[in-house]
Amino acid sequence: MDIGLQHYLVASGALFSLGLFGIIFRRNLIVVFMCLELMLNAANLTLVAFSRFTQHMDGQIFVFFTITVAAAEVAVGLALVVAIFRIKGNGKTESLKELKF
Amino acid sequence: MESLLFWFFTFGMLLGGIGVIANRNPIASALSLVISICFLAGLYLLLNAFFLAAIQIIVYAGAVMVLFLFIVMLLDLRAEAKRPFRWGAFFVGLVVAVLFFVAIARVTHSMKDRFVAAPFGNPDNITAIGNLLFTRYLLPFEVTSILLLVAMIGAILLSKKELK
Repeated sequence: MDIGLQHYLVASGALFSLGLFGIIFRRNLIVVFMCLELMLNAANLTLVAFSRFTQHMDGQIFVFFTITVAAAEVAVGLALVVAIFRIKGNGKTESLKELKF
Repeated sequence: MESLLFWFFTFGMLLGGIGVIANRNPIASALSLVISICFLAGLYLLLNAFFLAAIQIIVYAGAVMVLFLFIVMLLDLRAEAKRPFRWGAFFVGLVVAVLFFVAIARVTHSMKDRFVAAPFGNPDNITAIGNLLFTRYLLPFEVTSILLLVAMIGAILLSKKELK
């Protein structure tokens, strides 16, 4: 069987769905963060797949920038998690309810 | 051969993703994420993105995961002890994720055979990326450095002892 663009897109969709499920299901802030990384990686896979199947290099440049943004996001996000941990004493999503109506 | 490698890398990647969600211990989750990312780098190799595969391993499996493990160990997060299983969140998450996946699968099915793959193997990959990065994408490339500076300042400010 030949591997076409749709195979890569379905694989990327499966990875994205796994990340989505993890974000809803898990309650540890750091694990939620890791699931966010899974979703970012799924988007990157889509861009690279389109880059090969449309014969344009631009998709790979986008992924390059996405990886940079993800690195910056992880640095700031983990600093936020440390600050939340210091204030709340735990890293659970349930302890963040100041904005709850 | 190519399809065999595709299935191998895809299943490895998805198993790693399942491991991230299923493990109770955050350190085991982080190591599953490393596995998932390494298999994803294999998929990048299949897609002619050799430079990105190397960057993926260096930046994600190297820098980002070290940061994750460092924070997990710094905060001394124990494995989540025996707690009631959240059936509500489990079913809501499952339904949302499955609906999303079905939507993606249906949409991508309609674009079957509309695109033709570039031939495998492109030794000029890094040259092409460098050319694009320093001509058409020069401004975004320079702005990225400001983004990294902002992230650095933000991380330092947020981790100060007293938050004003």
